[in-house]
Amino acid sequence: MIEVKNLSKNYGSHTAVKDLSFTVESGQVYGFLGPNGAGKSTTMNIITGCLAATQGQVLIDGYDIFDNPKEAKKKIGYLPELPPVYPDMSVYEYLLFVARAKGVAKADIKAQVDAVMAKTGISDVSRRIIKVLSKGYRQRVGIAQALLGDPETIILDEPMVGLDPKQIIEMRELIRQLGTDHTVILSSHILSEISAICDRVMIISKGRLVAVDTPENLARVGEEKRILRLTVKGDADAVKEAVCSVDGVSEAELTSSEDGCVSLEIGMSGDTDCREAIFYRLADAKMPILAMQINKVSLEDIFLDLTSDKAEDETEVQEVEADEGDIQA
Amino acid sequence: MRAIYRRELKSYFNGIAAYIFIAFILLFVGIYTWSYNLNGKLPFFEYVLANVGFVFMLIVPILTMRVISEEKKQRTDKLLYSLPLSTTQIVMGKYLAMLTVFAIPIGVMCFYPLILSRFGYIEFVTTYGSIFAFFLQGAALIAIGMFLSSLTENQIVAAVLTFAVVLVSYFMYSLASLISASATMSLIAFSVLIAAIGGGAWLATKKPMFGLCIFGLLEIPLLAIFVIKPALLEGSFQTLIKNISVFNRLYSFIDGVFDLVGIVFFLSVIFLFVFLTVQSLEKRRWS
Repeated sequence: MIEVKNLSKNYGSHTAVKDLSFTVESGQVYGFLGPNGAGKSTTMNIITGCLAATQGQVLIDGYDIFDNPKEAKKKIGYLPELPPVYPDMSVYEYLLFVARAKGVAKADIKAQVDAVMAKTGISDVSRRIIKVLSKGYRQRVGIAQALLGDPETIILDEPMVGLDPKQIIEMRELIRQLGTDHTVILSSHILSEISAICDRVMIISKGRLVAVDTPENLARVGEEKRILRLTVKGDADAVKEAVCSVDGVSEAELTSSEDGCVSLEIGMSGDTDCREAIFYRLADAKMPILAMQINKVSLEDIFLDLTSDKAEDETEVQEVEADEGDIQA
Repeated sequence: MRAIYRRELKSYFNGIAAYIFIAFILLFVGIYTWSYNLNGKLPFFEYVLANVGFVFMLIVPILTMRVISEEKKQRTDKLLYSLPLSTTQIVMGKYLAMLTVFAIPIGVMCFYPLILSRFGYIEFVTTYGSIFAFFLQGAALIAIGMFLSSLTENQIVAAVLTFAVVLVSYFMYSLASLISASATMSLIAFSVLIAAIGGGAWLATKKPMFGLCIFGLLEIPLLAIFVIKPALLEGSFQTLIKNISVFNRLYSFIDGVFDLVGIVFFLSVIFLFVFLTVQSLEKRRWS
């Protein structure tokens, strides 16, 4: 279990991480999601002891990474952004070195190195010099290195960056496998990667944690905010009144009106689908619907919503609406 | 620490660095042995050691330039930081690996006096005392080189810095003796030195006030001494340089004195620069 308490990190006057607190439970795959420069790498570097925090505490199974680094580091395997490999060593030599440095018992070293090589699928390149390996294989060597010493938690910083689509799928499968007997924390700025693998998503923005939840729950938040876009022929006020009287409509907003047609955005609350009700209500009122479209707020939108400033957010939304208005017109 | 040591040693011999290092030192020691002992028929191997000191300018950078800078460049420093090892263990592992490489030509050199003794009388105690001091001198310079390597990501920069520092310490004493021993000259020389220290502090902390404070703190007592008792400063700069020169210490061993102060001096330099290397690596975590 990893506990991060009130973590802050300043680089000079720039604040990379601000008052970050979270707990990582054992046996789950955590995804650290945030745009570039949000403080993901900084946080991971601090958790693994590569960087000292300006403020705050990191406890790994109760051991403080600053006060008790040796015990704490034994419980963590870390793959930084760039795999920390020595290019002039062979894969096998390199893994032997890491195993020795991690204090693996002499009798277990060979067996453990063989085991991690098999797990990461690099047994067939074990005698090759790391310099000549492709990025995907280097990444695997990096993961193999992190697995040595049998740490409870594996921390992977952007493990999919620079891999081709096939390698990404393989890497995803590998991480999923690791997740069965390790706690895994991985970071990414790509949402689909995270939602495909992780049990829990932590969204971080500008050094702050903005959301922690399962991908399903985050998506549900999205569904609750379903938006219906309507274009109706008729008088603006009358249309709005008619729509608002339907059950399940929480709000209706006029976006444009042209040539006797009005466009509306309707917020729907709850699980009820009120499209049918709206259709009949407007049909009764002799106001024909010209276009109707339901928009689910995707995980992507939530991510953008959570990681952008409120002010920026609003202007973005307005721009999007203006564009769509043009298309409809 | 042993894992780091083994890896370092292996990487020296996997590459070309260790071979060049050993070849250089044996080449120059060989030339001087031939010239003094064989050709000149002098029974003093220590004279060779007294004269090949310049070889450190070439070989120390070869050995030390990549030792830490390359870790930063390859991003393997992250691995080292995340290992359950203390920074001191990492630095000591690396330093001992370099000393092991350095011990190989020294070991070879130990046979020379034995060979020479076949042809004449060799004072073994002085000779081996001098070889020991030569080893310590090299060890001190390697520690300095390692520290300089920890300051940069670029091994060429590290090599040039190390070359410059060894060069300056090699010529330091002869340069200092060019300055007249008068109190005024000493004052000027010390002031320049203090200004350099102050400037260094400014650059290191990026705080001009801090550099200025250090400069003032050292310069004011100096001026006070100059005004109150100028006799104290006479020749003092040379004495200081003579005492801090890594190369100068060797000569008392060559003269047949097993200079304990010299040994303590070498060990202090080693300790200081290993310590500074550890601090330099620790500082990166705090930046």
